Order: sequence, then C-alpha cells, then structure tokens
Amino acid sequence: MISWDSVEVTYGGRTVLGPVTVEVADGEWVGIIGPNGAGKTTMLKTAVGVAPHTGSVSLGGRVRRPGLDIAWMPQRPHLPEEMGVADYVMLGRTPHLGYLAAESKHDVATVYTALERLDLSDFARRPLGTLSGGEAQRVVLARALAQEAPVLLLDEPTASLDIGHAVEVLDVVDELRREGGLTVVTAAHDLTLAGRYAERLLLVSGGVVAAQGTPSVVLTEANLVAHYGAGIRVLDDRDGPIVVPLRSSRD
Amino acid sequence: MTKEASPIEAPSVRVGWVPLTLGVVSVVVVALIGVTVGAAGIDAKSVLVALADAMPGLTMDSGLSEVETNVLFEIRLPRVVLGAMVGAVLAEAGASYQGVFRNALADPYLLGIAAGAGLGATVAFSVTGDATFLAPFAFLGGMAAVGITYALGRSVAGRSATSLILAGVAVAAFATAVQTYVLQQNTETLREVYVWILGRLVTVGWNEVWELMPYALIATLVLLGSRRLLDVLSIGDDEASALGVRVNRVRAVVVIAATLATAAAVSVSGLIGFVGIIVPHTVRLVFGWSYRVIMPLSVLFGAAFLMLADVVARTIASPAELPIGVVTAFFGAPFFLLVLRTMRGPT
Repeated sequence: MISWDSVEVTYGGRTVLGPVTVEVADGEWVGIIGPNGAGKTTMLKTAVGVAPHTGSVSLGGRVRRPGLDIAWMPQRPHLPEEMGVADYVMLGRTPHLGYLAAESKHDVATVYTALERLDLSDFARRPLGTLSGGEAQRVVLARALAQEAPVLLLDEPTASLDIGHAVEVLDVVDELRREGGLTVVTAAHDLTLAGRYAERLLLVSGGVVAAQGTPSVVLTEANLVAHYGAGIRVLDDRDGPIVVPLRSSRD
Repeated sequence: MTKEASPIEAPSVRVGWVPLTLGVVSVVVVALIGVTVGAAGIDAKSVLVALADAMPGLTMDSGLSEVETNVLFEIRLPRVVLGAMVGAVLAEAGASYQGVFRNALADPYLLGIAAGAGLGATVAFSVTGDATFLAPFAFLGGMAAVGITYALGRSVAGRSATSLILAGVAVAAFATAVQTYVLQQNTETLREVYVWILGRLVTVGWNEVWELMPYALIATLVLLGSRRLLDVLSIGDDEASALGVRVNRVRAVVVIAATLATAAAVSVSGLIGFVGIIVPHTVRLVFGWSYRVIMPLSVLFGAAFLMLADVVARTIASPAELPIGVVTAFFGAPFFLLVLRTMRGPT
C-alpha cells in the first residue's frame, strides 16, 4: 500500500499541491485526473522524492525507497539521443546495482523481457534519437517495468500513442497488475481511457482531491464541467462512462 | 547462455577489445617515440635494448655510456611517464566533469580550477620569490576555486548544471583579475609565472612522477569506478534520483576526485589546456556515447596524446623547447574541429 499523508508542495510561497491524503491498496489501479496545472504530476513526483514536500509518502507503513519500491515514468523524460534502447532500458536496473556493480545476466534478461512485453525487441539497438514519439514512450515504460518495483507511477503514459498502441500498452500494464500484484497510479488527460483501466479515479483540481470514487461516480457532467470548465457530455456505455467534448456554440 | 537458445545479447556499453587494444598500442608506441627522441643523439635501437635490459630477469648490453644511460633513465623516461600521467589525469577529469555537469564544455578551465591554481602559483612566486611552494599553492588555489564554484553554483539555483558553469566562469574571471593585480605588483616574477602558465613537463629525476602518482592512481580508480553512474546521470538529476541514485553524493565524489587529480597535475606541469576537452570528445565521437567507453579510453588516449604533444614540443623548434600548453592548443584545436566535421554525419 502506498500512502500520501498530508503531502503539501509549495513553490515560492504558493501551494501547488495539497494537503493531500490518499491511500492506494496493493494491486489497485488508481487514475489521477484533473485539468492542466492541477497538481497531478507534482503528486507523482512527491512519491519518488523529486518534489520537495511536507508530509510523508510511505509504502506499507515504512519509508519508501525510490527506485526499488517505486518506478516512475515521467511525463517528459530526458532521452540522450545517442543512447541505445536496450542500454536505456537497462538504466531501470540501477536500483538493484551497487556503486561498483556491473549488470548480471539476470539484469540483461529482465531488460529483454520488458522490451518483448512492449513489442520493442527489434528496437534494442536503435539510438533513442531515432525513435518516434510513440516508440519513445513505450521505451520509457519498458525502463520503468525493468525496475521490477511493486508500485508503478505513470505520468501521461499514452499521450503520444495512437488509440491502438494506447490500449495495447495499458493492457500490458493491466496484465502485470493482475498477474504480479503491481500497484498502478496513472496521471492522464484522456478521461474515457482513464475510466476504462482505473478501478478508482481521483479528480485533482487546484492541488486538492476534489472528488474520488469509481469511474462512474467521478466522471459525471457536473464534476467535469465544474473543474474543466468546458462543454462536456458523459455517455453511459456498458463498460463505463464515455466522455465527449461539446463544441461551444458560436453565438 | 547461447545465441541459439535466446536472442538476448549484452547491451552495447562495454569497451570493445579493438578500441582498448588501439589505446594500449598508442600508449606504447608514443612512449617509445618519447624515449628515443631527444638532444643526446642516442639511437633508437640502443634505447630499446637498454629498456629491455632494465626489465627484471633480462640482461642485455645496450652499449650505452653511463651518461647516456642516465639521460635515458633520469631525464627522458621520467618525463615520458609524467606526460602520460598528466595526460591521462586531465583527460579523465575532463570527461568526468562533462558527465556530472552534463555539459560538453565542462573542463578544468571552465570550472575555474586552472585559474585558481594559477592564482595560487602566482602568489607562491610573489611571496617567496622562487618555485619552492608553487605546487602546494597551486593545489590549494585549484581546490579553493572548485569549492567556491560548487558552493556558488548550488546556492544560486539548486540543481541546475548551467548555474555551476556560470559560477565557474565568474570564479575564473575573479581569480585571473587578482592574479593580474598580484603580477603587476611583482613584475620581477612575471616571466617565471608566465612560463608556468603556458605549461611544461620539466622533471627533476623521478620527483614529480612520485608526487603525482598517488593522486593520479586514486582519482583514476574512483573515476573509473563511477563510470556506470555517469551514464545514469545523463538522464537528468530527477530521473536518476528516482532510480535510487544519490545524485549529489555521486557528483561530489566525482568532482573531488577529478579536482584533486587535476590540481595535482597542474601543480607539477603548469596549465596545459585542451586535453580535457579534446580527448574525451574525440573518444566519444569515434567510439560511442557511454562513459563506460569514454572513461577508460580517455585515460589511454589522454596519456598518448600528451606524450605525443611533448615530443612535438621538444623537437619542432629544436634545440629550443616550446611550452607544451602551446602545442596542445595549436594541434589540438584544429584536430578537434576536423574530427567534429567528419563525424557529424547521421549515426
């Protein structure tokens, strides 16, 4: 279980997040949704210790170890152009290696398993600079999977993916969650997609959790219009809510 | 694990045998050129025989006179070894700074280390009037400069690598200004300091070699040991620390090791520029992006490069000797541009 306990982030005197208190159970998939600048990314960053904050983030009641306990797929990863795909995914093994250690065969095998899962085996030797946006996004996810951490934080994991690849990638994550008890927290803009995979949604707005619950509880027209401000219609589908934008009238 | 059983191959970041062999061969060949070239007119064959004779378990007659043997073992050989060590240290330090600061321009010059060491040396000359305390003062100056640079760079903008380089430029400018002032007040030491600033490999027997050796060895072990983490740092501080790397600690360890070795090298050899930029960049362009490749090869090619520069410095204006810093800049800069031009194509 990963818990945010009274987590608050301030930049230059302005509170950008919190206080937020959230618990995510082992094996649960929680989706964080909310408008731009709401604090979704910041909330994920506090979990891996790269956003200075008050309050605490813990894992099963103990201090979390970034890297070993939590894998983070950043929204805008830094991709060194010349680095090869397999070498980049290998960086995910860093938490398991001591200062002077070299990678073992097990590490190499883990990397290739992650590449295979995301259909990237043919890309192993390609430099990162030659990848398309969607390919790069899958490579970054592969790096996070190679960490073999029990908690996976994904910041906009499908932003550069077409709908086919988006579903494919989220299916892989869901499969890992069901098989291996992975805990997944995603931050996403695609509300329909978020509702399809997450068991629970958190609507974060203005730095605080404005609504939470199952997708059909959170994805209501009243909630979305109140926090996104745009014309939105929610349609009911047998698999969950479908969120569609409405064009504002011209007159 | 056989290839048939699995498509798994090791990632490509290990140094290949070919570049490693090439590096070792360059070091050996250039070192041999270094010990055979010189004013005493000892022929190459006798030098090789004398060197073989010096090996444990081998006895051969080189036919060299006692004076010639002394020239070889007390003048040429220590100078060649010192050149190799200084070159290796400057190149690996440059590569390390570029890695931890993720800045292609980072080198002992931009971080203010060279200027700090220069100021230390100038003060030593001006206060004492001779070169006795030059080495320790240069050392203190270099360490102080990088300390101030590091403190300033961190306090100004926390995690930014750019602020550190800017702090280094400011520290360098300040140290140079103070140095100029001190020189103006003590014009009688100007010439000596000037010679030192241009860089030179002058040895008194093996003294300088033994002085530099412990720093060079320790720094090389620490920096080579950090090469995998330098690759991890290339994805940025946030992502590296999210992978469990203690970024500031790794950076401090690498900077201290590289600075210690640079300051030690500068204190025995003066300010030899360009090695820390040319060698790692050339290695990177030719052999690949990974610090696991760049670090060991920079050590080898840095050693070979500086020994070669010294041969040129000794012979090109013979019997006069050029400052080696002039040679590294004069030949290094165009060579670097050439490599840059030919290797910039699609990879």
